[in-house]
Amino acid sequence: MSDTTIETHEHHGLGETAGHDAHPSDKHYIIIALWLALLTALETSTYYIDGLDENTPLLLAVLLPMMVIKFVMVAWFFMHLKSDSRLFAQVFAGGLVLAVTVYVIVLATFHFF
Amino acid sequence: MSDDVTPGATPPEEKTPGHGAPDQGNEPHEHSGPVVDTLEEIPMGGVPEPGPSDDEARAAAANQLTDLPDHGEHRDEHGGHATTTGLSNNKMAMWLFLGSECLLFGGLISTYMLYRGRHSGSIGPDQIYDIPFTSVSSFVLLMSSLTMVLAVSSVARGDLRNTKLWLVITALLGATFLGGQIHEFTTFYREGLGYTTSLFSSSFYTLTGFHGVHVTLGIVMLLTLLALSFAGRIPTERAETVEIVGLYWHFVDVVWILIFTVVYLIP
Repeated sequence: MSDTTIETHEHHGLGETAGHDAHPSDKHYIIIALWLALLTALETSTYYIDGLDENTPLLLAVLLPMMVIKFVMVAWFFMHLKSDSRLFAQVFAGGLVLAVTVYVIVLATFHFF
Repeated sequence: MSDDVTPGATPPEEKTPGHGAPDQGNEPHEHSGPVVDTLEEIPMGGVPEPGPSDDEARAAAANQLTDLPDHGEHRDEHGGHATTTGLSNNKMAMWLFLGSECLLFGGLISTYMLYRGRHSGSIGPDQIYDIPFTSVSSFVLLMSSLTMVLAVSSVARGDLRNTKLWLVITALLGATFLGGQIHEFTTFYREGLGYTTSLFSSSFYTLTGFHGVHVTLGIVMLLTLLALSFAGRIPTERAETVEIVGLYWHFVDVVWILIFTVVYLIP
């Protein structure tokens, strides 16, 4: 086959596309995991703060951003969306956006908000 | 055949019988230009236009050939399929699957959100959740994502010994999480929260149970990978198999990130 198609699998057999960034090193993965652990600890600490559970808007404002950051960090770094083809990210984001849209509409229909 | 060389684009003097319709006003058998006597003289893809050289025409035809769809017969030097997108079909399939899984878990999470308050005097979420215990479980699953990505990194380097080690640790961490979930379910059941006790309990068990099934499948995949690696069937060039299982495992982790916050931490 041509050079174009061979390039796809040249990098460690991981199916990376030529021209994209290399994956992070093990050290970077550990640092990312430490940040994730810290965020989880911060999330759990909200459970121990008196009165915070009665202030739902404040709790949501604290917890939801942390949840989103953790989600993005795992998908971006551990699932290699950062370094892989944008097409993978688009496929995954397509499903995610579709799911969020559909179920926000469902929840709105049932007067959840 | 090349689309670049069309009958309409070919000058009348270079037309040959059998290559498109004759020009209007010209007799079909009149040849005012050079005549091609034998079929062997006609290059692949038809008669080239005047201007580009033969080499350029061949290069264009070769480029088009690389764009033809691959039906699985052609494999590149690492045994993987060469594809029209330049991306692995297996990996793309996994990403499509994960995209569709978003809809499954979106439905389950939405259902739980709708029914979490529907326990009509029976045990509700505030009375039964053990947040410290679930936090530890979440931490365990999060760290299993780290060990999984280290396994992928190791196999990409060709370090099969560490690959096996990280895969074993990942499977153990997954099993620990699963054990925690079984312990949680058992505790809840003993406290009187059965599957049909209330809409809350049904939606809770369905959501977390489905996630548990996914973790179980992930562990089965990891053990299969381990068995393959011990059999020497995961060489470096097949590292993509480990990465695809890793994608599934990380997805299970990100779903738990959502469940932990939405189900357990938000009152």
